[in-house]
Amino acid sequence: MNGLSLAFSEAFSLLAGFDHRVAEIVLLSLQVSGLAVLFGTLIGLPLGACLGVGRFPGRQVLVVLLNGCMGLPSVVVGVVVYLILSRSGPLGEFGLLYSATAMVIAQTFLVVPLMAAIARQVVEDAWRDYEEELTAMRFRWFDSVRVLLHDCRHSLMVAVLAGLGRAMSEVGAVMIVGGNIDRSTRVMTTAIALETSKGDLPLAIALGTVLLGVILLLNAVAYVLRQWATRRYA
Amino acid sequence: MFPLRVSDLRWHAAGRAVLDGLSLELGGEGITILLGPNGAGKSVFLRTLCGLLEPDAGHIDWGGAARPEFGVAMVFQQPKMLRDSLLGNVELALRPLKVPAAERQARARAVLERVGLLHRARDSARSLSGGERQRLALARAWVTRPRLLLLDEPTASLDPSSVEAIERIVREIRTEGTRILMTTHNLGQATRLADDVVFIDAGRVCEHAPVQRFFARPASPAARLYIQGELPWRMAF
Repeated sequence: MNGLSLAFSEAFSLLAGFDHRVAEIVLLSLQVSGLAVLFGTLIGLPLGACLGVGRFPGRQVLVVLLNGCMGLPSVVVGVVVYLILSRSGPLGEFGLLYSATAMVIAQTFLVVPLMAAIARQVVEDAWRDYEEELTAMRFRWFDSVRVLLHDCRHSLMVAVLAGLGRAMSEVGAVMIVGGNIDRSTRVMTTAIALETSKGDLPLAIALGTVLLGVILLLNAVAYVLRQWATRRYA
Repeated sequence: MFPLRVSDLRWHAAGRAVLDGLSLELGGEGITILLGPNGAGKSVFLRTLCGLLEPDAGHIDWGGAARPEFGVAMVFQQPKMLRDSLLGNVELALRPLKVPAAERQARARAVLERVGLLHRARDSARSLSGGERQRLALARAWVTRPRLLLLDEPTASLDPSSVEAIERIVREIRTEGTRILMTTHNLGQATRLADDVVFIDAGRVCEHAPVQRFFARPASPAARLYIQGELPWRMAF
């Protein structure tokens, strides 16, 4: 019990003292996951919305595939991205393996299906409501997608948050393609795993606390935004 | 677009003929009220005219031309509004017409003024009452300057003052040369608004007559029974 108390006490000392090691890892984590979610937003939300509105042969197969990919094991994604980026892989010549860019790519692969699947459901529900109105106004389906993405923007925050949660808590893929290299590709999750295995609990606890704090803060911001939107748009 | 000739229109749902050989001819002016019991096919007919439903058989002749891409607008019984301001919702209808943004706003503001909602232009459309929402829906259709306006029971479930406001707007739209085709179950409203009445039953037109003659001497037994059943409603003449 004493050891645990000591570990927590040291962890909070690290946080209170703005330990540069902790700060470096946190910053890289936020950069990698932030970029992955940004790409996920740019790719996943329109993709999901197109599936929600479009009616074409094979759509249902795509929806099932997309839903299946929501639970894609991160280590599998890690291995696939590893194979693509490794020296003998199709993108090997760019030398991206064991870099932050590789980690962004891997996390983007992870969050796109999740964000697209949530967006598909949100937009499809909205499309049921608006289909007649928008069709009567002569909106083409692609323009309807744009209208609905804007109209569902507050609900789609759930998709962005889910993507962020997945990206930030993910360890397998970034470990494989990033290599967990100190001061280069070490992010919060990989650092926590490493420091725990080494027995350096204070750093692991400090990083875990920051990780939880970031996720709670983002959820709180999203909650406040949704409350505001509900009041503003009834 | 006119004369609009509908010939032998058929549409089935779940094995039932909703439109069963509906034929009708409409000139280019005035307000035509579609009357008929629930399930007669009135709303389905409006939806086929609007292009929301493809008929199983039959033909619609738009004054000898192809179906126009624009120029037909529809207001639904329960219009859906985007999570946006009143202005944003009205401007929305002008986007498919490729109207420049500055003109969109000017036209939207002008039409909001005419339906008495300009003072709430920046409010959320979803905060409106049922009557205001229906006025906004009319504004959204009106702003496109349609040649044909389809109204599917626009005053259902509204209080008398809201009904009066809607009727005033419908008359104003008509005076600008828009042809109006409207369904209602309110016979008093039909007498106040209509130039002619089309009575539909079981997916067919039973009678098409000028409004006064229709209510004074309905030619079809179905129309006679329908009117008798609704006699407590106040007539305008």
